[in-house]
Amino acid sequence: MAKIGVIGDRDSVLLFQAVGLDVFFEDDGERANRTLHRLAREGYAAVFVTEKLYPACAETIAEYEGQPYPAIIPIPDNQGSQGLGEKKLRQNVEKAVGMDILASKNETGKSR
Amino acid sequence: MAAIQVKPTRMELSNLKKRKKVAVRGHKMMKDKRDELVRRFIEYARKNQSLRAEVEEKLSRAMKSFVLARASMSNAEIEEALLYPARAAEITAGTQHVLSIQVPQIAIQAQEGFTYPYGFATTSADLDLSVQLLAELLPLLVQLAEIEKTCGRLADEIEKTRRRVNALEYVMIPQFTEAIRRIQMKLEENERGNLTRLMKTKEMLQQQKEG
Repeated sequence: MAKIGVIGDRDSVLLFQAVGLDVFFEDDGERANRTLHRLAREGYAAVFVTEKLYPACAETIAEYEGQPYPAIIPIPDNQGSQGLGEKKLRQNVEKAVGMDILASKNETGKSR
Repeated sequence: MAAIQVKPTRMELSNLKKRKKVAVRGHKMMKDKRDELVRRFIEYARKNQSLRAEVEEKLSRAMKSFVLARASMSNAEIEEALLYPARAAEITAGTQHVLSIQVPQIAIQAQEGFTYPYGFATTSADLDLSVQLLAELLPLLVQLAEIEKTCGRLADEIEKTRRRVNALEYVMIPQFTEAIRRIQMKLEENERGNLTRLMKTKEMLQQQKEG
């Protein structure tokens, strides 16, 4: 039985407690990184991290990139989305295909 | 190009030819693998993009009404209402293989008959709304986690495969070709040298006989 964790500041992630996910309150990037590392070791299947804390966790994220678990996913917090997830997807596409095919599709769509 | 240094012998030649054959076959297979990976990756990436947009939009809505709920209720009341979950989310995690790359497969059991984890006496309607929105969003979130991770893994693998394809195509195979050509030329040269020597000796023997 796998678990899903959520890391973020209290105001943003308290809500996730109501639907039965394991919530960890962290305001500081350094401590969030440590918590994330612990969760990854404890076998969480997925960990959602708020976009504010996501950049501070880069070290742990890079460490677990080569393994199927855990999936570490940025989510917007209560101040709305900063487009971090979108940016990460773009980076992946660029890495894989060599150019940003998703962006060009959108822009041509907009210009029409 | 720096060719591989080998002794110009028939033995080495046949070894090199074998290695080149393997390299060419490997190159073809790697190329096929890369093409298929890219095709699947693009599928996943498009799905990822639309799913993320949907999740972010819905999540922002849930968060917004949660902010409203926070404003109209006291801290203690909110925590009392939320800190005990109605039931733990049931999640099963497995792995599936996409072209022999392990990717996660996460499933969440549908929660039949959604219930609020609190009584309605002390809570505001905004809180109900945000909890309900989030509960509806949960399967999507789990799916997003699965797809986004798959995307990342595929992107890594594609990069690796492309490097291998390029290394084979532009380094290994030309090196083998060059080495094989050099050995063949050297062997032919030896052959010609031998032939002239033989002809010369024959001539000298003939002259001795006559003379």
